[in-house]
Amino acid sequence: MTESTANPTADSSTLPPPLVTRPVVSATSSGLPDEVGETVIRARDVAVRYGAFTAVRDVSLDFHRSEITALIGPSGCGKSTVLRCFNRMNDLIPGAKVDGEITFHGIDLYGPDADAGEVRRRVGMVFQKPNPFPKSIYENVAFGPRVNGVRKKSELDDVVEQSLRGAALWDEVKDRLKASGLGLSGGQQQRLCIARAIAIEPEVLLMDEPCSALDPIATARIEDLMQEIKARYTIIIVTHNMQQAARVSDRTAFFTTEVNPESDRRTGVLVEYDRTEKMFSSPSDERTENYVTGRFG
Amino acid sequence: MTASSAPAGEFSLESTTAPGRAARDIVFKVLLYASIGLALGTLAALLFDTYQQGAGRLDWSLYEKYPSERISRAGIRSAIFGSLWVVTFTAALALPLGVGTAIYLEEFASRDRWYNRLIELNIQNLAAVPSIVYGILGLAYIARGPLGWGRTLGTASMTLALVVLPTVIIASREAIRAVPPSIRQGALALGATQWQSVWRNVLPGAVPGIATGSILAMSRALGESAPLILLGGLAFVSFNPDPGFGALDDQYTVLPIQIFQYAVNAKTEFHELAAASIMVLLALLLTMNGAAILIRNKFQRKW
Repeated sequence: MTESTANPTADSSTLPPPLVTRPVVSATSSGLPDEVGETVIRARDVAVRYGAFTAVRDVSLDFHRSEITALIGPSGCGKSTVLRCFNRMNDLIPGAKVDGEITFHGIDLYGPDADAGEVRRRVGMVFQKPNPFPKSIYENVAFGPRVNGVRKKSELDDVVEQSLRGAALWDEVKDRLKASGLGLSGGQQQRLCIARAIAIEPEVLLMDEPCSALDPIATARIEDLMQEIKARYTIIIVTHNMQQAARVSDRTAFFTTEVNPESDRRTGVLVEYDRTEKMFSSPSDERTENYVTGRFG
Repeated sequence: MTASSAPAGEFSLESTTAPGRAARDIVFKVLLYASIGLALGTLAALLFDTYQQGAGRLDWSLYEKYPSERISRAGIRSAIFGSLWVVTFTAALALPLGVGTAIYLEEFASRDRWYNRLIELNIQNLAAVPSIVYGILGLAYIARGPLGWGRTLGTASMTLALVVLPTVIIASREAIRAVPPSIRQGALALGATQWQSVWRNVLPGAVPGIATGSILAMSRALGESAPLILLGGLAFVSFNPDPGFGALDDQYTVLPIQIFQYAVNAKTEFHELAAASIMVLLALLLTMNGAAILIRNKFQRKW
């Protein structure tokens, strides 16, 4: 039996109340695990402000081990902003303030016990535009382990090989590890960035529209790669591509923007969060349905 | 309707713009080439004149002989070595300080602190201050005053380091700024501290720009004479500075000042010597600038 709590949309004169859906355990879902895995990251009532402007609010999500969660929604709804909360990259933006509670295995990510560097080691990130360092392929992948204290060449060699294999890039580059990372094609560069991210063995992998700068074939390879590595990682992916979200993810969270009546600026808000096949076949919220069926966005 | 002269119904690709526009275009080009010609021509004339005057004395004796009252025994050996030592110590002082300041301003300083904004504002001003002012500063505080080093090579290097420091800072900042933020973010996202990100990622990417700016700053230091006149460079020096750190205590002279001394000498033979020395100085400067251009071209990154 499926169950979820959903608040109906209010009339147009007031902002709809925030929506929190509990992830479902479905006995009838096909091919998906019956139990919800351990909750790795939990967000409760998270909002992000840049100065006085609220970029996104009322975000409450749970992310489970070995699942791929997609964050979808129209432009400007704060998906990337929310993603950056989970590895404290918003700290780098002056004036950005994260309200609410985000916990990683129960520990507050923004609390006094959490060191930003350690958080980023456990929660890795792959960016939208591939950003290999201007170094050799080997040095790119070895960068993470090096800054985290690995010195011995033999250990680094092992890590580099394992990571490149894990990113399905080893066979293509094993003869030219000393070549510059910038000499690879776009898809290869993005796989290099993935290898670089998994070299430090994070628990969670955040992917911010990783395929939007790539051609369809490279995109397909990366989607395959995500399925291959998903057992070892918890993946959260922001994507503009709904078909990708439907193909790749176990759960999907849909965001949208609402006009703030006082300031006339748009604030992002979480609308619905559920298992992917439910989101795309019979979503609870009308806005979700409009978006996934292409009526807007 | 156009001012076409083609008969109605016929297709033509003749120009239909007013004739005045083409003429203005030509006039502009002529003026442009004329100004380039004037600038290059003046430079060429100066160089040619110097070469004519000094070619006769351009030989190894310039390098082998020290300044002397006797024209047959006069060279610029002490000035060549003095210049090289001064520039070496200036570089040793100015480069670490300048690059370090640039790193601080670009990577670690938060823009809303008032003292950081004050520093930024003043670096541009300092780059434009005439070097004689630095000479007076050096005389007051380094040669005499609190440090009391006297008018030695060390004082000269320290003063020149102050002269070129703003240039080094500005050039280094530009080079560091040219490194895209995505590189920094990529490093930080892997758990690097900010210092690790700067040292391992940003700086290596900025090295070509920093190297170019530094070499250009040093070639400026090589040509400075006004502050050094105040600081003991205007001496008749017929020995080389001690090699190594001993040089810091020594009296010294530098090429621009030595050239000046020869050029104002009453005997005209010394003017030829001055012209030859000018060519030596120009050769040194051209070599340094050429090296800067080579480095910039070879290591220019396409992000």
